[in-house]
Amino acid sequence: MAIADPPRRLSLWRLVWPARVPGGFRRTARVPWIPIAIISVIVVMALFAPLLAPYSPIDQTLRDKLLPPAWLAGGSDRYFLGTDAFGRDILSRLIHGARISLIVALLALTAGGGVGLLVGIVAGYLGGAVDSVLMRLVDAAFAFPAILFALLLAVTMGQGLGTLVIAISLLLWASFARLIRGEVLSLRQRDFVALARVRGCSAPRIMLTHILPNVFNTFMVLVTLNIGVVIIAEATLSFLGAGIPPPTPSWGLMISEGRGRIADAWWVALIPGIAITLMVLAVNLFGDWLRDRLDPRLRQL
Amino acid sequence: MKRYIARRLMQGVVLLCMVGTIVFFLGRLTGNPVDLMMPEDATAEDRAALIQTLGLDGPILDQFAIFVGRAIQGDLGTSIRMRQPAVEAFFDRLPNTLVLLPWAILLAMLLGIPLGVVAAVNRGSFLDRAAGTVAVLGIAMPSFWLGILLIFVFSVELGWLPSGRMGGPAHYVLPVITLAAFLVAGFMRITRSAMLEVMESEFVKLARIKGLSEGVVIWKHCLRNALIPVLTLWGVFIGNLITGAIVTETVFAWPGIGRLTYEAVIYRDFPLLQAVIILKSILILSINLGVDILYAYVDPRIRLA
Amino acid sequence: MSEQPVLEVRDLHTHFFLRRGVVKAVDGVSFSLRRGEVLGLVGESGCGKSLTALSLMRLLPRGGARTVKGEVLLDGENILERTPAEMREIRGRRISMVLQDPQTSLNPVFSIGDQLREAIQRRKRAPHAEIIKEAVAALRRVEIAAPEQRLDQYPHQMSGGMKQRVVGAIAISGEPGVLIADEPTTALDVTIQLQYLKLLKRLQAETGMAILFITHDFGVVGRMCDRVAVMYAGRIVECGPVRQIFEAPQHPYTRALIASVPKMTGPPPGMGGRLATIEGQPPSLMDLPVGCRFAGRCPLVEQRCLDAYPGTVRIGPEHTADCWKVVPA
Repeated sequence: MAIADPPRRLSLWRLVWPARVPGGFRRTARVPWIPIAIISVIVVMALFAPLLAPYSPIDQTLRDKLLPPAWLAGGSDRYFLGTDAFGRDILSRLIHGARISLIVALLALTAGGGVGLLVGIVAGYLGGAVDSVLMRLVDAAFAFPAILFALLLAVTMGQGLGTLVIAISLLLWASFARLIRGEVLSLRQRDFVALARVRGCSAPRIMLTHILPNVFNTFMVLVTLNIGVVIIAEATLSFLGAGIPPPTPSWGLMISEGRGRIADAWWVALIPGIAITLMVLAVNLFGDWLRDRLDPRLRQL
Repeated sequence: MKRYIARRLMQGVVLLCMVGTIVFFLGRLTGNPVDLMMPEDATAEDRAALIQTLGLDGPILDQFAIFVGRAIQGDLGTSIRMRQPAVEAFFDRLPNTLVLLPWAILLAMLLGIPLGVVAAVNRGSFLDRAAGTVAVLGIAMPSFWLGILLIFVFSVELGWLPSGRMGGPAHYVLPVITLAAFLVAGFMRITRSAMLEVMESEFVKLARIKGLSEGVVIWKHCLRNALIPVLTLWGVFIGNLITGAIVTETVFAWPGIGRLTYEAVIYRDFPLLQAVIILKSILILSINLGVDILYAYVDPRIRLA
Repeated sequence: MSEQPVLEVRDLHTHFFLRRGVVKAVDGVSFSLRRGEVLGLVGESGCGKSLTALSLMRLLPRGGARTVKGEVLLDGENILERTPAEMREIRGRRISMVLQDPQTSLNPVFSIGDQLREAIQRRKRAPHAEIIKEAVAALRRVEIAAPEQRLDQYPHQMSGGMKQRVVGAIAISGEPGVLIADEPTTALDVTIQLQYLKLLKRLQAETGMAILFITHDFGVVGRMCDRVAVMYAGRIVECGPVRQIFEAPQHPYTRALIASVPKMTGPPPGMGGRLATIEGQPPSLMDLPVGCRFAGRCPLVEQRCLDAYPGTVRIGPEHTADCWKVVPA
């Protein structure tokens, strides 16, 4: 069927509220306001943690230990979400934990995503032997679960933020590289790249000024879609004792510490998990929306 | 077909060599290998003996040769904590994990694939959105937390099911659900998108032209084709499952190789971890190879090529 | 006509309801198909031929296509009013279809025998051996050599022409009264095309089924069809016996189409004579003009062509055209 396709106009309004047509479905959901609200709250918590948290996340008040949340019998107004086995305020630890989650996400996505972006552009643009070597590496990275390497790193290099970021970056780069490369392969065929080559632009210059800006949308979508992956990975590694060392509050670590007391103090382990689930849910829904808006071709993934 | 399998086998061997190399160099180049491989209270003689056997005072490439030589003979060092050959410790625990995995995959497929088909057939409807929500939730919940939540609800509050350790059939329920949970979402998503693609194809149109019933068109003609991409991802899923077993077995105190990995990490038992990683790689690669063969069986274009 | 046509289509409208608007891909199509005849449905790609065919099968593509108006009378019974379950009984048994692309028309994961058996079993329940015998016979009927061996083969092991024969065998295995052939030879090599057309012709003669033959190629029409209907922008603009249409086309669009077919008798293209081409584009199916749809490209256009649609004019006993300029008989 050849159906006349009117020129596509970009309108900011349409971005926010896609057209509704009788008989048809809306192409994309509306702006996901609830996820955006959740993300904003968590980001604000992370940015202003010291100002917002009612207590220190580390100082122990042993006589207040294992108090339930304020709305339960035996709960105290002073500790809204209760306290853990060391008498630390769970709300305060949760707020500071958001900080750790976001710092790790930021660093790991910059490092892992950046490496993936670089590998993808170089492999896709140069092609040939460079491409096949790099893509073999990507295949290898896919075939092997990165979390095992992350555990190995934690044991050999010691726990810490640096180890954690390297470990999670290892988990990310391959998928970035594979998708960006695909994008670059199709860009390479386009006229403006050929034109730049005819004009005598060097390969690095073309990659920087012509290819990079054109894969940036895809890159941003991938970054958003992977925030959830990083948050889960950080929590998992911390849970397994291979993440941020205690007493620094991390959501995964908090769950791990509360695990043994699930029978008498469920809130210690369950509340941070709710925070993780909400955060990941929110960034994934936001990422889905962003993908549909900016790069619908990624939808199959 | 034979050439295809041979090629996959070669790729697996190359990958395994890469894993071994990385494990080796991480162990030797970060900090002191003797401290990594010996308990803190080891005597000076023990240390000297270790340096002797692994050639730790020699050049790094000689050490690598010794490492490879011993690895080929099945010697990947002695666990610090268990004072037992690491390979032996792995194989002692392996059966406990292997009895868990098939149930998890089965459950994930039994839920995920039909959900994906139903979502695709009713695209855009309430059912589709409900299935999508389940999938998104399944991905957002950290599985270790889900495990703890299940223990809280079904063991602590309701008292219906045991909270951990191996035992009768009841002991399997919660770990299997936890392991399957994050695969369900994966199976569903892939089945759905594969079905949507297949349902648009011409041969489906021809099947309808023949006058076949909608059930036969969807569950025979479409699903059989949609299963091909689902199967290709099996390998990835099984990799996920084996790593997923680390947290699940930790939460449920299940004495398998996942729990063993966790113990190796928290007790900083490097020789054990090294062995676990290499042996798990072999496990994952051989399962992947098996899946490739199965895949070839389902898709005649590969089987008969 | 004294005899009732096996298939009669009256004022069929199938539209796409999209976000951008309504695409009137089939917009008032009427024709009839007599028992045992081959009717060509000719037009440019995008004029609505394929969608007409899918509307008759009631197998519209997902995503907003709907038949909003009209009747499709198969042996006098309006199949648009049948339930989906009743429609399934009709498909394959009374009306069937051959698709355009043999490469994708067969399911890659089932053997030829499997796919053929499914079709045969729709018609009769019989022991396995008997069904196999029928499948072999069906393949032999479409001139496939060594049919016994072919049954266990998969589509990827066959050539395009062979696959299209299998598709044909599947389509007619239910002994339908009407077969729709939607550009069945477009995807085939030129040498194979001719063989396939001959095969279709022979099968038609043997079984007495009527064929609705969809094509964009007037050359093929002359070879295959008894009558031809020319479609433009969602409507049939001229319809009549092949010979009359070739010798005296009435609608300016038909004339232009025929003029664009290379003739064996005339000088070859580029050697003196020139093939005519039609200037301009067909109108957008989302925004159709009130007047004649060809007016924008018609060399004979007048004011009345723009003001109103010309209605169907009867030129001969079987010949009609939608044009202001033709003289009614």
